[in-house]
Amino acid sequence: MDNKIILSYEIDGGNFSGAGEASSSVKKVLKQLGVDSDIIRRVVISMYEAEINAVIHAGGGRAEVEISPDKIYVKFTDDGPGIADVQQAMREGFSTASQKIREMGFGAGMGLPNIKSYTDEIRITSDVGKGTVVEMVVYLQEPVQK
Amino acid sequence: MKPYFHSVTLDREKCKGCTNCIKRCPTEAIRVRDGKAKIIKERCIDCGECIRVCPYHAKKATTDDFDRIFDFKYRIALVAPAMYAQFKDKPDVNAILTGVKALGFDDVFEVARAAELVTAATKELMPADASRPLISSACPAVMRLIRVRFPDLIPNVVPLLAPIELGAWLAKERAIIATGLNPAEIGVFFITPCAAKVTSAYVPIGVESSLVDGCIAMKDMYLRLLPAMKRLTRYENLATAGLEGIAWAKNGGEGSALNSERYIAVDGIWNVIKVLEEVENGKIDDIVFVEASACVGGCVGGPLTVENAFVAKTRIQSVLENTSLAPSPYLWSDEIKNAVKWRKPVEFAPVMTLDGDMVKAMRKLEHLEAIYEQLPRLDCGSCGAPSCHALAEDIVRGFARETDCVFKLRERVKHLAMEMVELEGQGFGQGNKTPKQS
Repeated sequence: MDNKIILSYEIDGGNFSGAGEASSSVKKVLKQLGVDSDIIRRVVISMYEAEINAVIHAGGGRAEVEISPDKIYVKFTDDGPGIADVQQAMREGFSTASQKIREMGFGAGMGLPNIKSYTDEIRITSDVGKGTVVEMVVYLQEPVQK
Repeated sequence: MKPYFHSVTLDREKCKGCTNCIKRCPTEAIRVRDGKAKIIKERCIDCGECIRVCPYHAKKATTDDFDRIFDFKYRIALVAPAMYAQFKDKPDVNAILTGVKALGFDDVFEVARAAELVTAATKELMPADASRPLISSACPAVMRLIRVRFPDLIPNVVPLLAPIELGAWLAKERAIIATGLNPAEIGVFFITPCAAKVTSAYVPIGVESSLVDGCIAMKDMYLRLLPAMKRLTRYENLATAGLEGIAWAKNGGEGSALNSERYIAVDGIWNVIKVLEEVENGKIDDIVFVEASACVGGCVGGPLTVENAFVAKTRIQSVLENTSLAPSPYLWSDEIKNAVKWRKPVEFAPVMTLDGDMVKAMRKLEHLEAIYEQLPRLDCGSCGAPSCHALAEDIVRGFARETDCVFKLRERVKHLAMEMVELEGQGFGQGNKTPKQS
């Protein structure tokens, strides 16, 4: 076996209350694997932000999680409108979310910046009109428990 | 003391091996094996859910026998404010406390007074602005839940003793000064509304060893107390606790005493789990304090109380209406400030982890998921595990077999039967394959 666990999730678009299901499920798995709780928190918060983004902007998407003994790699893929200027989107407070979304308490422009601060690596590839891929990596320095 | 003492235990005689308790346990700590429930001691948090749900009363809370108090020369009863809600006619605190004394105690100590001090100490710890709220450490079942399921939240827990433990210390100190007796001759007994607090008296949280010498179930005490109170002709003036402390008896009391609008009070172990999950996920960030009680209603809803939790809540309210915001007779001294602090950190108990070695854990997880794929996913509980996923986990851990699943077993039997038919078709069992006799 190549020491990897792959999990994949469908993210239901237009369902805010469902956002967070993938991150919750990953949290449970990481706990069973004995991953350090601080690392779990970083992965879960980042995944939750990305899930919300997929729901708000892209009408859903897919998440793929690859757990290895040295790192956790997460890839979100959607077929949404894409991001025109990725650098701009990474700035704190920048958001293209609609008024309606903002009224619901989302769209503060902190999603991607938060992911950036909680993960060790983030890469965004986006094609306007086609969709966006958000990849993130969190390294496991101390793989196991005490 | 044994590392895994639990107040919650099973009466094997009464257990029918049904699936009620396994399904209701919040830490999946019960299995049915050989027709009887078995509590996995590493996982049990003594919340008492199984005691409440067992239709055969096979789950019980082990408490101390009342007569154990007479092992001590000087006896103190620690009375929780939940006790004040148990009596229909006399919600008079002095009547209750005088009655308790009449049963053989030299002194009574209101846990509510210690609660006031814990409130004062908590106020000093309250952050002006926290990204994550402080979590109360008062409910021992919630503390044990955090220890096994929410390691990430341990730093958020208020590092202070529960009022009972602080109360035991205050009461004992007072008795040593008043009597000059050796501490070993002074017995402190807590009148408990729940099992988790009994467990804490034997395997405490935050201290090496508890000063509580024994715990008497509130319902046992009630039966003795009712006639004793009727015999009283006058009440001693023993009630000194104020509003804030007594309010701790019900869920919401501890939080409301903190003078902050930004607290939440959650009760019932399943609701507590939901809230803690949200705190863990960083979704609760506008709240500074979480009061969490495993029992619905708070301590008045404990499995060892007599009165219905909702009636008891109303009754506590009427006790509060007759109580003033009496200042605690204790000065908020440095000595108390020190005494209320944890002397031992609470450590994560990774009982849910599949293996200490992550690579091995990953392999087990893969195996687990592969087994789970093959199970019927009906979560019927017939195998003795609470769900198909839990059975898959037990198989991987080596505690169960796939054929413990009745559906799997049926498949297997069918398969074997077919094999036998096939074998018969090939002529086995008809004597024509026996070695030739020479």
